[in-house]
Amino acid sequence: MATVIKSITNPKLRLEILTPQEVKRIHDATLQIIEKVGVRFPSKKALEIWAANGAKVDFEKNIVRAKPHLIEAALKKCPPAYPLAARDPGQDLPLDGNHVFVGTDGCGVEVLDIQTGQRRTSCLQDVADIARIADATEEVAFHWVPVSAQDQPPATRGLHEIKAIWENSTKHVQTESIYHAREAEAAIEMAAAIVGGRGKLRQRPVLSLMQCSAPPLGHDGGSLEAALLAAEVGIPTGFMTMAACLTTGPATLAGTLAVGNAEVIAGTALLELAYPGAPVFYAAAQTASDLRNGAYTGGGPEDFLFGAATNVLSDFYHIPLSMGSFATGAKEPNWQAGLENSLSTFMASIVMSDMLLGVGLLHGSRIWSYAQMMMDCEIFSIIRKVMEGIVVDEETLALDTITAVGPGGNFLARKHTLAHMREVFLPEFMDRRPYNEWESKKDDARDWALAKARNFLSAHQPEPLEPKLSAEMARIIAAAEKN
Amino acid sequence: MSNELFQKMAQSIIDGDSDAAVALAEQSVSSGLDPLQAISEGFVVGVNKVGESFAAGQAFLPELVMAGEAMKAAVATLEPEMKKRGSERIMLGKVVLATVEGDIHEIGKSLVGTMLSASGFQVFDLGVDVPTAKIIAKVREVDADMVGLSALLTTTMVKQKEVIDELDKQGLRKKVKVIVGGAPVTRDWVQKIEADGYSEDAIGAVAVAKGLVGA
Repeated sequence: MATVIKSITNPKLRLEILTPQEVKRIHDATLQIIEKVGVRFPSKKALEIWAANGAKVDFEKNIVRAKPHLIEAALKKCPPAYPLAARDPGQDLPLDGNHVFVGTDGCGVEVLDIQTGQRRTSCLQDVADIARIADATEEVAFHWVPVSAQDQPPATRGLHEIKAIWENSTKHVQTESIYHAREAEAAIEMAAAIVGGRGKLRQRPVLSLMQCSAPPLGHDGGSLEAALLAAEVGIPTGFMTMAACLTTGPATLAGTLAVGNAEVIAGTALLELAYPGAPVFYAAAQTASDLRNGAYTGGGPEDFLFGAATNVLSDFYHIPLSMGSFATGAKEPNWQAGLENSLSTFMASIVMSDMLLGVGLLHGSRIWSYAQMMMDCEIFSIIRKVMEGIVVDEETLALDTITAVGPGGNFLARKHTLAHMREVFLPEFMDRRPYNEWESKKDDARDWALAKARNFLSAHQPEPLEPKLSAEMARIIAAAEKN
Repeated sequence: MSNELFQKMAQSIIDGDSDAAVALAEQSVSSGLDPLQAISEGFVVGVNKVGESFAAGQAFLPELVMAGEAMKAAVATLEPEMKKRGSERIMLGKVVLATVEGDIHEIGKSLVGTMLSASGFQVFDLGVDVPTAKIIAKVREVDADMVGLSALLTTTMVKQKEVIDELDKQGLRKKVKVIVGGAPVTRDWVQKIEADGYSEDAIGAVAVAKGLVGA
């Protein structure tokens, strides 16, 4: 049974975080950076594409400097809307500017074991288990590779990971952990097997690829070549900046936005120069480094502002956005986790970021927590409810009912109440019990969230991947392992 | 006179002003001051002051880094004079630093380098994407006491183990301490590859390194 997918759509809430003039200034600064300072593209293939298109290329230092018109013309080729396909077409996700979808967070290295609670190194079975639980939720619309399958060989780890997800879920898979051409080639072959040929991937991209940039102002060679391969066959591809104030970006937010924007739009322009019309997305998870130790913080007011500002930039370029929200810096599901994940996700949602990454990880995307995953899902549901805003019309003003009840009565036993009561949000993880009941149990959201995850894991049966496809994927991985 | 110069030297470090630190170092050389004295009574006093304010929560990481850079610039300016006099600064140890092969992430490793050199280690930073053989060659070349290996990816982290295994194979492991770092590095990993130490940030790395050389 395919799970219904919840998304934020037709929102009533609005926020203007940057004026059009401010966006233009950031854009102009970005173009100036790309033209004068340059961006590092450590890939011969990428440098040659730039050179063939008239950019100034320093082949020795791998630096590309491109005139504004070259970048702007390339960005005009980006398709503004397209769907992310799922194994189950009923779970396709339209990236059309009017939907916000949530994925799992990714690249964790440890897991709080679902049975014992012990922290341990992540493995392939964790990827499979998390995918199965995500498949069961209504909130998780697509998958990132949640944790690293560290029991698999490094060269093909990314392939084992996406196979495990497809075997446990019918939802779209976006991988952030394939960053070499040879691995990307095999991943494309695996996706092609699902849809019945490489030629069908453009219409039904069941896989998308996210590549991290290397801030400030750089890219990784393997990432670039993997992205180019994906763009060639029409697999949606995005570059993510994680520029951080103080360390890999200026201390100021505007400056860090410009640095990250230069990385992302230069990378995106490369893909469009090579393969005009290739489906691309903007991806970002900027933050501010901690003032004391320089650490990646994974939360805080700067993150919340970046979360809202970045979609204004991606809208300016008419490309969908995959935005880092959630991903608290907290070490366990606690006050900080609730605060950071709620605010970051609210700010990224109110501007209608197309994809949000993602649920489940603690300690700056390092430690997987099943309880946090479930609570993050509820945070998204709450924000989704808030985004609906307040509807004011004859029916919702309920004047007839108010008149009938009059002063001193109550509204419980009214038809109007019965008709609308299910619009009131019913939380799963908020404690609204009488005090005495709490006192006798002393349990809380974390216990209930973990129980829900355990229940999903034991009870949910995802629609299986055909054994033939599993075998074909295994064959592709085995072949890649030989190379 | 000298006293005032020492104070200015310390202040240039506190201000993170590399240009001023270099000018003061040059001035001290031309006035015939012993460079070791310029370091210990001038510049190092500044480094210690910044360290103290940092520990007290009054100074932040950028100030530490700027002080470290100014210190490095001052010492580099004094080096020719030290050589001429045949005097040598007593260092805590020689550290070869690198981000492992296949990994281009630089910032954490560079921060550790700055902190270690500001704390009295001699640092040889090989940069990013450094093959194991090159790291080992450098260890031999400079007769290093310690190797620091950075990795940001779970797929490149395995190279930290490769370097340790290679040091072992070449009979260098007993002599050379290995410290590792990077976002995916956990205590379990450190135990598994039998590294000597790790830290989650650059400040902590200094304490770990000092501990390993018994300073």
